[in-house]
Amino acid sequence: MFRGYHAVFITLFAVACSKLEPAAPAEDSLLDGPVEGLSNEEHLRFLRGDVAFNDEVFHADNGLGPVFVATRCGSCHAGDGPGHPSTTLTRFGQSDANGNTYLDQGGPQVQHRAVPGVAPEVLPDNAPSARFLPPLNTGLGFLDAVSDADLLAWADEHDADGDGISGRPNWVERKTYSPLRADAVEQAGQVIGRFGRKGAVYDLLQQTANAYNQDIGVVSQFEPIDPYTHEEQDPEIAAATVHDVVFYLRTLKAPIQRDKDNPDVIAGEAVFHTIGCGNCHRAELRTGPSPIAALAHRDFRPFTDLLLHDMGPGLDDGYTEGSASSAEWRTPALWGLGLFPDSQGGTYFLLHDGRAHSIAEAIDLHGGEGQAARDAYQALPASDRDKLLRFLQSL
Amino acid sequence: MKHALALLFALCVGAAAAQIDSTLLVSPPAPDSTRTPALNMDAVYNRPFLTFDKIPVSLGGYVEAKVQHLGTDGVNDGTSFALQRMTLFVASSIHRRIKFLSEIELEEGGKEIAIEFAALDLEFHPLLNLRGGIVMNPIGAFNQNHDGPKWEFNDRPLMAVRMLPATWSNVGFGVFGKRSSGPWTFGYEAYLTNGFDASIIGNSEDRTSLPAAKRNAERFTESSNGMPLTTAKVAVRHQRFGEIGISTMGGVYNQFQVDGLVLDKRRRVDVIAIDVNTGIKPWGTSLIGEWAWVMVDVPATYTQQYGSAQRGGFLDIVQPLYKGTILGFADAVLNLAVRGEYVDWNVGTFRETNTRIGDEVWAIAPAISFRPVPGTVLRLNYRHERAVDVLGNPPSVTGGLQFGISSYF
Repeated sequence: MFRGYHAVFITLFAVACSKLEPAAPAEDSLLDGPVEGLSNEEHLRFLRGDVAFNDEVFHADNGLGPVFVATRCGSCHAGDGPGHPSTTLTRFGQSDANGNTYLDQGGPQVQHRAVPGVAPEVLPDNAPSARFLPPLNTGLGFLDAVSDADLLAWADEHDADGDGISGRPNWVERKTYSPLRADAVEQAGQVIGRFGRKGAVYDLLQQTANAYNQDIGVVSQFEPIDPYTHEEQDPEIAAATVHDVVFYLRTLKAPIQRDKDNPDVIAGEAVFHTIGCGNCHRAELRTGPSPIAALAHRDFRPFTDLLLHDMGPGLDDGYTEGSASSAEWRTPALWGLGLFPDSQGGTYFLLHDGRAHSIAEAIDLHGGEGQAARDAYQALPASDRDKLLRFLQSL
Repeated sequence: MKHALALLFALCVGAAAAQIDSTLLVSPPAPDSTRTPALNMDAVYNRPFLTFDKIPVSLGGYVEAKVQHLGTDGVNDGTSFALQRMTLFVASSIHRRIKFLSEIELEEGGKEIAIEFAALDLEFHPLLNLRGGIVMNPIGAFNQNHDGPKWEFNDRPLMAVRMLPATWSNVGFGVFGKRSSGPWTFGYEAYLTNGFDASIIGNSEDRTSLPAAKRNAERFTESSNGMPLTTAKVAVRHQRFGEIGISTMGGVYNQFQVDGLVLDKRRRVDVIAIDVNTGIKPWGTSLIGEWAWVMVDVPATYTQQYGSAQRGGFLDIVQPLYKGTILGFADAVLNLAVRGEYVDWNVGTFRETNTRIGDEVWAIAPAISFRPVPGTVLRLNYRHERAVDVLGNPPSVTGGLQFGISSYF
């Protein structure tokens, strides 16, 4: 018979167990997790996407490759942070806005790994190429919900204001499976890309379907061409799973700034804007309407303008995508910067290919439109540089 | 399943004509093998069996159940109960020198049913016995000596079940023998069996995983590639100092050809293990440990997520606190125990950065166990585990309490 003291014992046992269990890390120390305000139904879908993204491992028997780069989505984005040199992608075949001329030779990406018994791809001789570090995942839904009109308002392609910054959108072809945004602005049948190192990807569905195809070698109804045979094949993943992953990526929270009340951090942000970093790394953006209420009409601080900027010859690898030149890169968001080492094995791997091993080194490698800000940074007193770096590490 | 068990039972009864060899099919369990001349290799017989007059069949088994409340990084799934496994033994002495024993395990409430051992032993000489059927490959010690009631911890060692594939059974044949001289006992085993398949580098674990091959039940009817897995072990025991064993297991794991057409080169998996079972006699302390290295020929063009080398081990220290009458059990024992364990799933460095690959776990589990009788144990464990991902990022931390029972019957 169940007696009262049984309940007391069970309660004490449960409390004791909870106390013996590890505490949760502080929310602002993690890049992953859902955005606040999702409904229960949205939480369920987020979890489905989380499992598909982080736990579903592909192998030879369930669709991997046979040539590939990674075996699951999460292996390139540990903790939904940026990637590591061991998961870097090599893109090739396009040097200007005229498109990729190596599609018949395996372009636009080298699948440098293969299941046993199969030869992986190799980079064709003399092909223009660049290595891309997998980007940060968090907050993508916020970036996705910024209106095209805002991007165009920030663009200054011909530097009309004379500040040396001439951001412009990357006009790209929209995949037929990607729905047009409600507020989309088109130009000569092209749309504004906003994802990827070159900003050549229109939306998260294209990003996800393309990653399954080019990174894992998994064909879907969206991207049905197998990267090994270059032939159309039956889907190896359900469309519903792809959509769940897209939902997961859209609803990952925005990174939370730490120490934002620290005087050095506050001073560092002032330096950031004073020397011109914020001209491209735009601090505050606002989302437009969104079917996900938690994302609609929200102010957020990603420190990007989602536009292309010429970063000079030092960062010009000779390869590009969409209408970008090979020296142009889409401004990367800086949020979460201080937490990157927790996803990169304890070390910074910054810029598009991870060549910079510290924030300071990444700044030093800025050229082109970023050179003025870099020069100003290098001319700062040491204390101001430290404050600036402290601010960036707080993001 | 019930029909299979009934048939097996009937076969055993029908085939056996001689008296049971009571020296092998023992009634009481042997809780501390350091005090008997038996080696770890005898574990398959060193279990309590129920014997019946004039019926040449012995029956036995054990059951394990636990309740746990574990959390990882502040998130827990509440209180969870599990019947980890129920195992049935059926043994028979067909002749004084011909014996049969089977072990059928139902895991997780019957979700998995496996014949872990079903072999016929023929003794030609104490140093030369033939064993055929489904055998437990003698790699390390735990694989053959895995009965729940023998251990003070609710979970099996990570190294034994997630790096090595305990319980790892295969169809095959082999020889074994044992000889004692004074305080020394020497034993050996050598088997050729079916073995692994390519799932060890193509699985849902996203790492090299020998246990992944356990999911292929076809290994009980045919080899995946026609190449036998070789397993061999030698062990020596001194009555005073305990036992040490060295074992090796290896073979080709991939399907390198089909219908005579070559698909790939022959790729090997090899394991070396050392196991120790000793004690500190004056204190009654027992020390049981095992360490193993796994080497796998992973194609250089495959992902580095799947390592070509693994290593890991565990050490159990069990200290009896009190022996005597407890709660009316005359020979009860109260133990304090601790297990330390470690596995590096991917030994090596990244080609791109020349930095160490992570993917490792270590755990410590202090425990209190109560044995009202030698073959029954109640155990309370606290577990603290830290797991690092392949890049070596900050670890995920798991901790919590586990309480369980395990008993022979």
